[in-house]
Amino acid sequence: MAGPAGLECPAGPAAQAEIVVTFFIRRTIGAVLMLFVVSIATFLIFFGLPRLAGATPETFAARYLSRTADAHAQQVFAEKLGFYDPLWMQYGRWIKAIFVGTDYDYGTGIEHCAAPCFGYSFRTNHAVWTDLLDRMPVTVSLTVGASILWLVTGVGVGVLSALRKGSFFDRAAMTGALAGVSLPPYFTGLMFLYFFSYQFDLTAPGGTYVDFTDNPGEWAYSLILPWITLAMLNAAAYARFTRAGMLDTMGEDFIRTARAKGLHERVVVTKHGLRAALTPIITIFGLDVGLLLGGAILTESTFGLKGLGYFAIDAIGKQDFPQIMGVTMFAAFFVVVANLIVDMLYAVVDPRVRLS
Amino acid sequence: MNTVISPRQDPTSGPFLELRDLKVHFPTDDGLVKSVDGLSFSLERGKTLGIVGESGSGKSVSSLGILGIYHRRNANVSGEIWLDGQELVSASPETVRGLRGKRMAMIFQDPLSAMHPYYTIGDQIIEAYRVHHKVSKKVARKHAIDLLARVGIPQPDKRVDDYPHQFSGGMRQRAMIAMALSCDPELLIADEPTTALDVTVQAQILDLMRDLQQEFNSALIIITHDLGVTAELADDVLVMYGGKCIEYGTATEIFENPQHPYTWGLLGSMPRLDQPVTERLLPIKGTPPSLINVPSGCSFHPRCAFAEKTGGLDSTVVPELELTGSSGHRVRCHLPAQVRQQIWRDEIKPTLEGERSVASMSELPSASHESEELA
Repeated sequence: MAGPAGLECPAGPAAQAEIVVTFFIRRTIGAVLMLFVVSIATFLIFFGLPRLAGATPETFAARYLSRTADAHAQQVFAEKLGFYDPLWMQYGRWIKAIFVGTDYDYGTGIEHCAAPCFGYSFRTNHAVWTDLLDRMPVTVSLTVGASILWLVTGVGVGVLSALRKGSFFDRAAMTGALAGVSLPPYFTGLMFLYFFSYQFDLTAPGGTYVDFTDNPGEWAYSLILPWITLAMLNAAAYARFTRAGMLDTMGEDFIRTARAKGLHERVVVTKHGLRAALTPIITIFGLDVGLLLGGAILTESTFGLKGLGYFAIDAIGKQDFPQIMGVTMFAAFFVVVANLIVDMLYAVVDPRVRLS
Repeated sequence: MNTVISPRQDPTSGPFLELRDLKVHFPTDDGLVKSVDGLSFSLERGKTLGIVGESGSGKSVSSLGILGIYHRRNANVSGEIWLDGQELVSASPETVRGLRGKRMAMIFQDPLSAMHPYYTIGDQIIEAYRVHHKVSKKVARKHAIDLLARVGIPQPDKRVDDYPHQFSGGMRQRAMIAMALSCDPELLIADEPTTALDVTVQAQILDLMRDLQQEFNSALIIITHDLGVTAELADDVLVMYGGKCIEYGTATEIFENPQHPYTWGLLGSMPRLDQPVTERLLPIKGTPPSLINVPSGCSFHPRCAFAEKTGGLDSTVVPELELTGSSGHRVRCHLPAQVRQQIWRDEIKPTLEGERSVASMSELPSASHESEELA
């Protein structure tokens, strides 16, 4: 479209929408590819690297058998599980099982493992996928509650600190934030438990979890301490981050323009300042939430919450490979999806992203 | 100061805008920054005042002071600002906010950073209009489109939904002007309105501002370090140095008969399109003064080529802004009027005008000069 000199070609709303859709599709394809890369890496770590360290098909098979199994049994089992096949075939089978499921032949009968099939635990013989789904609600509850808590308090404190830079409030908040960042959840969590649960009996003791669908009130009651513990860690980081971002933004020329228009200071701060300062915070928020959905290991362990983090640490301790691989892929999925959502949100929030 | 400025007698009469001994001081850890130190001037509607000076001379701080955009905690503001019979320094922040954007508006320097990147041009104009007028979004949008058309933006009904980054530099400045004009302000302050623009676009924007000023009959303050812009638009010129007005007069007087050595320096530093590039520019030596440790006496004396002709007054006594000649021309200089006249007539004027007459091919920059520029 030929415009007058010095005029950039204006994109109509239709063209704009097309650009946005293209952008979204491109990012989604990228995310799917990323998941494949993660799956290959995960597979290689568990089935490729041990070979370099001298593992044989028999030793792989031995993991699936009891300690008393003899060499012959190991060979038979290695044959059955396909450990003599080239790596890419084994990877293909693993991926295929995730997408369409697979059948396991135990000799006594064929058992179908429906998609998405991550195999069975060495120890419990539970399907990994079912276990993961069972643990999900705990981790999701913990993450959602904590993330709302830390986002609201962190951003709130950060904004107030920035607006009153150098004041008593600012200094106290930033000192508190430093402490919050420095204290590990297994310390704060245990302190909270000791005082609030066992001394004053205000909150639920460790290891309590009530499903939201059973009783929302009990659910919140059982999770309040884990929420606060987990939120403290991030709220402190977010407060510092928001404060720095707000200080930057409030010094921008467009803030001066907003004031020159005669806008109320409240509008200047929220609509003009916070809007711009929040953009980078959305990014880290998305990533943090994605990361936590894969399991908040320390917090879950401290409070004895049987979520994905607890599951992962347990599986690692027992060298339960199907479980470890399952939970790794599960966590990777959340991180990649969170990244994708952040990318898309960015395009919605910052109009300059779309065209680039 | 011995010319004590008495409080304004009758608030309702007098000039449309009047500054009386305005001071804006910022206490910092390093000392008191006297950004604006006793500025007085007046301006009628329909007239244009050009405020000229180097960066850090207090131009922008004065204008932000008029609009009341300063932190009450960080800035000490004293003096009086009268806008149409209303005093602003002592008025409540809420009162000044109500006037800001409505009766007095400002056009900023770099329109890309001065506009919010996340909102469309239209939204930003609509916002400026709706703060002061209780109208529906639809009405405000119509108004925004009208304004964009008025400042010469083609297809305003489409461009209204564009974001600032989708506009070119000149278009953005037009949009910025449209935003400032949204409430028909009676006082318009333009802070370096053309500095960030291409030279070709500068002329268009200046034309536009002159047209709009005539149409709206507003008082216009144009802040610039570019004397060319001042010559183009201003009726009166105020030269600032180190937070003080050091020369004030009609544009004709300032350009034809400047009296302050600093103004001579500014005129000598002005490259002109009607001349070839020569080495005959007369740059002002040194750097602008620190506003914390303003030089004693006349703050310009460390850079003044004629300081020794004042008989020692230069570094001891702060000169007064005194009338010189006719038509309200004032200058803050220790040099006796006759000496000043003589230096101007015999030394400065011939050099400035010499450039014009002696311009020839031989005066073009030498090879060595060029390589210096490239280095």
